[in-house]
Amino acid sequence: MNPKITVALTGLNNTDNPGPGVPVIRGIRESASFDVRILGLAYENLEPAIYMDGVVDKTYQVPYPSEGSDVLVKRILEIHKKDPIDVLIPNFDAELYAFMRSESVLEQAGIHTFLPTLEQFEERHKSNLPEFGKKYELSVPFSKDLTRIDEIGKLKDEFDYPLMVKGKFYDAYLAYNEEQVRMHYNKITAKWGLPVIIQEFIKGTEVNVAALGDGKGNTIGAVPMRKQFITDKGKAWSGITLDDKKLLDLTHRIIKATKWRGGMEVELVKSSKNELYIIEINPRIPAWVYLAVGAGQNLPEALVKLALGMDVKPMKDYQVGTMFVRYSYDLITDLKEFEKLSTLGEL
Amino acid sequence: MQLRKNIAVSDTGFVFNPTTGDSYSINQVGQEILKLLKEEKSVEEVKSIFTSTYEIDAPSFEKYYFDFLSMLRQFELLDEEDEPSMSK
Repeated sequence: MNPKITVALTGLNNTDNPGPGVPVIRGIRESASFDVRILGLAYENLEPAIYMDGVVDKTYQVPYPSEGSDVLVKRILEIHKKDPIDVLIPNFDAELYAFMRSESVLEQAGIHTFLPTLEQFEERHKSNLPEFGKKYELSVPFSKDLTRIDEIGKLKDEFDYPLMVKGKFYDAYLAYNEEQVRMHYNKITAKWGLPVIIQEFIKGTEVNVAALGDGKGNTIGAVPMRKQFITDKGKAWSGITLDDKKLLDLTHRIIKATKWRGGMEVELVKSSKNELYIIEINPRIPAWVYLAVGAGQNLPEALVKLALGMDVKPMKDYQVGTMFVRYSYDLITDLKEFEKLSTLGEL
Repeated sequence: MQLRKNIAVSDTGFVFNPTTGDSYSINQVGQEILKLLKEEKSVEEVKSIFTSTYEIDAPSFEKYYFDFLSMLRQFELLDEEDEPSMSK
């Protein structure tokens, strides 16, 4: 008989800009090692996974991290008192800080996590990527933080157009001129604040790797992917696993050097000269992780096992040429469900 | 002259490069050529097989063959060290 565990997680926004919640849940539910109960932690009442059959067993509303780390963690502890949580998997960059800071508080209450350290989180931050690249001898595009709009006029002295304009957590836009930079700068600062990161645009093919580190320098799993169809929001709507030793070696190098703890996504561009440039390192599992599960590496299951202190052997094999194709689907639900979540904060 | 060892070619002419994730369709003649490249046949050998099997003269075949090889090279389907050897 498998042990019964309860896993709580965020990222239930299975929309055109999807969070990792649903694919992580699918991976965990496919595990033969656990009898799992899933608690969804929702920031918004219309996050689709709340209403999807067989995905989430119960949903609780939680406050945005912008309301304060303590407020968010307090809510998690409240939920835990009522509905004990064994493992908590935060799937958004913006909330990670709150949970990393409170890891010991959560652990004391009996809630296990498996997150990067604050130091690991900070050093791979978009604003710190150039230093990260120098420290670990990795190729990264030249970048610069903008904290004032009047700095935009001077960008032409350091960058060629087009260039990338990025938010500190999310959003990335290609800008061909100053006017476009200004437009994206305003959009990004209104949503995510400062700094706005300007990054050299490297022409080439985007490739990504979903990976999991054990915190001791070992890669527990890594699967590289190329996007086959990209939406106007820059999200992969279809992708395929690759057989690329260079990509995997680079990932192993990053995890070994940083002793990365938890899930990560390495976003790279392979130039026309086959050089690999790291454009971002995301400190959590990506939304396309179900491709890794489908290819033979159940990274979400492995993450849960690591959080529970179980011994997890590194996964080295995966099926090359496995594809994912995302689709949209209308599910029908009743207003009563929406009402319950809106008024009671749980469903 | 070699096709990269990990290039997959199906019986239906579907070619898959697992390093880049790119895929292509080729016709029957292209399939035959790729099969010969996988067998590491030389230019002369490929030319000899085609000119004896099909109604095509050697110079015409060479022209099309090297054009095809350029395409394979452009799509990074050939081993990098390989360069086409021109027949005399």
